Amino acid sequence: MTRHLRVDGPNHDDRLDHMAQGVIGQPLNRLEGPLKVAGRATYAAEARPRNLAYGVLVQAAIPAGKVLEIGDAPGALAVIRDKRMVRFAAQGMARKAPKSGPDGIDYMGQAIALVVADTFEAARHAAQNLSVRYAREDVPVNPEDVTPELPPKKQSKTGDLDKAMQEAAFSVDQVWHTPSQMAAAMEPHAAIAEWDGDRVTIRAGLQMLSSNKEQMADALGIRPDKLRLLAPYVGGGFGSKLGINAESVAAAIAAQKLGRPVQVSMTRQQVFDLAHRRSETRQRIRLACDADGTLTGLGHEALVSNLPDDGFSEPVTQATPFTYQAAHRQVVHAIARIHRSCAGSVRAPGEAVGVTVFECAMDELAEAAGIDPVDLRLRNIPEAEPVTGRPFSSHKLTEALQEGAKLFGWSDRRPAKERLEGEWYIGIGMASAVRVNQLVESRARVTLVQDGSAIVETDMTDIGTGTYTILGQLAAEMLGLPADRVEVKLGDTQFPPAAGSGGSFGAASSGNSVFLACEEIRRQIAKAIGCDEGDLTLQDGMARAGNVSKSLSEVVEGTITGEGHLEPGKTEKSHRQATWGSHWAEVAVNRWTGEVRVRRMMGVFACGRVLNEKTARSQCLGGMTFGIGIALTEAMEHDRRDGHAVSRDLAEYHIPCHADVPPLEVHFLQERDAYVGPLQAKGLGELGICGAGAAVLNAIYNACGVRVRELPATPDKIIAGLDP
Amino acid sequence: MQITLNLNGTSHHLDVDPRTTLLDALRHHLGLTGTKKGCDHGQCGSCTVLMDGRRVNACLTLACMVEDRDITTIEGIGTPGHLSPLQQQFLDHDGFQCGYCTPGQICSAAGMLEEIAAGWPSHASESLDGPFELSHAEIAERMSGNLCRCAAYTNIVAAIRQAAQGDNRREDAA
Repeated sequence: MTRHLRVDGPNHDDRLDHMAQGVIGQPLNRLEGPLKVAGRATYAAEARPRNLAYGVLVQAAIPAGKVLEIGDAPGALAVIRDKRMVRFAAQGMARKAPKSGPDGIDYMGQAIALVVADTFEAARHAAQNLSVRYAREDVPVNPEDVTPELPPKKQSKTGDLDKAMQEAAFSVDQVWHTPSQMAAAMEPHAAIAEWDGDRVTIRAGLQMLSSNKEQMADALGIRPDKLRLLAPYVGGGFGSKLGINAESVAAAIAAQKLGRPVQVSMTRQQVFDLAHRRSETRQRIRLACDADGTLTGLGHEALVSNLPDDGFSEPVTQATPFTYQAAHRQVVHAIARIHRSCAGSVRAPGEAVGVTVFECAMDELAEAAGIDPVDLRLRNIPEAEPVTGRPFSSHKLTEALQEGAKLFGWSDRRPAKERLEGEWYIGIGMASAVRVNQLVESRARVTLVQDGSAIVETDMTDIGTGTYTILGQLAAEMLGLPADRVEVKLGDTQFPPAAGSGGSFGAASSGNSVFLACEEIRRQIAKAIGCDEGDLTLQDGMARAGNVSKSLSEVVEGTITGEGHLEPGKTEKSHRQATWGSHWAEVAVNRWTGEVRVRRMMGVFACGRVLNEKTARSQCLGGMTFGIGIALTEAMEHDRRDGHAVSRDLAEYHIPCHADVPPLEVHFLQERDAYVGPLQAKGLGELGICGAGAAVLNAIYNACGVRVRELPATPDKIIAGLDP
Repeated sequence: MQITLNLNGTSHHLDVDPRTTLLDALRHHLGLTGTKKGCDHGQCGSCTVLMDGRRVNACLTLACMVEDRDITTIEGIGTPGHLSPLQQQFLDHDGFQCGYCTPGQICSAAGMLEEIAAGWPSHASESLDGPFELSHAEIAERMSGNLCRCAAYTNIVAAIRQAAQGDNRREDAA
C-alpha cells in the first residue's frame, strides 16, 4: 500500500518528537562509513565487468563551427562518432536529453568523439593523436561583447528606486564581479555501460537518477524501461552531476556498437570543460537608507551568461526579493549569449554568489551610515515577504544574527585597520545566510521483516550528504528499531523514483517519503494488534498499545511493506520558505604581501529539524569552506579569444586545502517548520555557502580597509588597495 | 611487460603496458579500486599510497618502476570489519563525506605521522629539530597535498590528532 501526501497545509504534529526509539537527530556515524574509510565503497568507474574496454573523449579545439574530417586511430578498437552523443550536460531535472550531434561545435572543449581501445593507455594515446579538421565560425565569447537578453519575467520593479537613491541619507552604488566557478567534485565524471540484448545498464556518477533515466532514454532513443542506472556511491556532486553528460552517453553508444562493456572516465581537465560552470556574474547593487539605517530602496542587477538557447541562467537575485524590507526595489536579470562552456547549477545556484555580493554591499552601507553591520541587518528584516505580503513559513534570521554575535564575540570588533599584530592586520566580518527551500516529488519503499530488521529502498543518491544514514535513522525511529537493524539501498533505478540530490531538497523530500512509508507500516501493525496507529508505540522491536505489548516477530508474518509518496503542494505558494543563518569570520591580512589567512570562522544555521547532527554539521563545514574559496581563491579564467577555460585543473583552479581552513565552528538553531511536510526538516547542503564568502571579504575590510569587488580577493588586489 | 608488485604483503604478477601507472595497475589490473583517481596529475592526493612506508602519488608513479618496493594501499590498512585506529577515527569524527578522497587522506595521514615520528619538520613547525606538537596548523600543513572538496578538513584534522594521541596513550601504557 502507498501512503501519499501532498503538502497543502501546515503540520504541527511534531510526530518525530513523540516517537520512542530516540535515534532521529542523533550524531550517528555514517551507515556506509566503514566501506568508505576502508576503500570498499565502489564509485562509478569501479565495477570490473569481464572484457571491459576503455574509452577516452576527444575534445573540440575551436570555439564554434563544424567537424569536417577525423583521422584514423591506430591501435584503437573504434572511433565513435554518433549523432546521439551530447554536446553538454543536461540541466538538473530536465526530462529530455541535452543538445546532441558531435559534428556541430558550440564551445571549445566540447566532446566530438570517443576513442575506444582494449587498454586505457592505448585509448588515451590514440585520442591524443587523433587528427581533426574543422570549419571555424566566429562567435562571441565574452559577456560584455554582446547585447544581453532581458527576459521580461525575470525583471521586477516596485516604487521608484532612483528617487529613493537621490533622497537617501546614506547609499551604496557599486559593481561587483565574480568569475566562473566549478563544482570540482573529487570524483571525475565516469561511466561504465553494458548491454544485454536491448537492455542497457549504466553505472555512473549521477545525483538525480529518476530524471537522469528520462534524459538517458531520450538520448539513446530507447524506452526508459530498457535502461537501468546505478549510482550507489557518488564522489561528490555539488550540482556537477545533476544531469547526464557526455561520458555516460558515449559509453552506452560505444558499448552497443562494440558489443562489450565500455568505461569512460573524464580527465580532470575534461571535467572543467564539460561539467557545468557557475556563470561569471556582474552585479550592481544599489542600497538606500534613512538616517537611522532603515532601508528605503534596494536594487540588484545581474549579468550572467550561457550558451545560446540554454534554459538555465544563474538565478543571482533569488533571495533578494525577501531578505530585507525596502519600499523601493528593482531586480534586473540580464543574460549574455556567448560560447563558453555550458553554465548550470553549482552548489547553491543564485545565492552562492548573489547573497555573497549583496552582503558585501550591506557591509559597505553599514560603514557609510556609521551603523553596526549586525544592527543594520536586524533593522531591516521584513515581517512578511515584501511586495507579495506572503507570510514566511518560519523565520530565523534575527535569532541567527543575535546568537551568532554573542557566540563569536562580535562586540570586540574594532574600526577598520586598528588591529595590527606584527605584520598582520586582524579583522572580523559577518554576513547573513539565506537560501530558498523547496520539496520535490519523491517515493520510497520500506519493508519490515519479521526478525525485527527493515530495508529502505529508493533511487535517491548519497553524494556525501548523509542520505544513507538519515533515511536509516528515520525508518529506525518510526518503526522502533535500533539503527543498525535498518539496511538502506540507494542509487538504483529499480527502486522507487526519488527527488534525487540537488537544490538542498534531497533530505527533506526523500525523508518525507520514507516517513510516509513507515506510517503505512505502522498502520498495518496497529491493525494487527487492534489499536489506532496514533496509540501505537514502537521501540526496540516491541509494539505497545495500552496494556498490550508484543514483539514485532509476533505481529509481523513474513514482511510488511509500505510505500511513501510525497508531493509538494499549496504551501509552496502560500508561504515563503527559506533557511536562515549567519556567518562570522576573523582574518589576518599581511600588510606587505596582501596574503589573507582565515583564522576563525563560525556559522549559525536554522534548517528545520536536524536529522543527524553529525552529518548536518559536515554539510555546513563544506558550504562554509566553499565560501572561503569564493572569497579568496576560486576563479576559472577564460581565454578572451576563444572562451576556453584556462584554469582547468586542480593546480590552476584553487579549491581550499587543509592549510586554508581553520577549525570551523557550526551551531544549529532549534526549529520546526510546519509548512514543509511532516518531517519539519528543510535543506542544508547549500545554506552554508550562501553569504560565507561575504563574511571573509567583510573581515578583510575590517582588517586592512580594502574592499575587493572583483572576486576572488587574491593578494595582488589587496596590495593594490593597501597604503604603500 | 611482465612485472611483479609487492602489494599489501602479497606478490602479484602482472602483464602491463609500460605506460601503466601504479594507480591504473591497482585499479584496472588488480581490481583494487580503493586507491582513487581524482586528477591523474599529482594535484589532489586522492591516489596516495605508501611505498616502503612513505607516501607517494600513485598517479605519478609508473608501475614498472616500483617492483622492488613494498606498496601499501588502503586495502592493506584495514577492512570494514577490522578498521585501523586511524580509519576508526575518520569514521567517528565524520572525517569524510562523499568518501572519494578518503583512502588517500588516510594513507597520507599514516605516512605523515611516521614523518613526524622520524623528526621531519614542516613549514608550520616551530623549530627544525622537533619534537613537533600535533597542532591544527602542523597537521593541516602536512596534509595540504590531499584535497577534499566536501571539505571535511576540520574533522580530518581532529581524527588524525585523536588517532595519534590514542597511539601515544597505548605506548605510555606499554
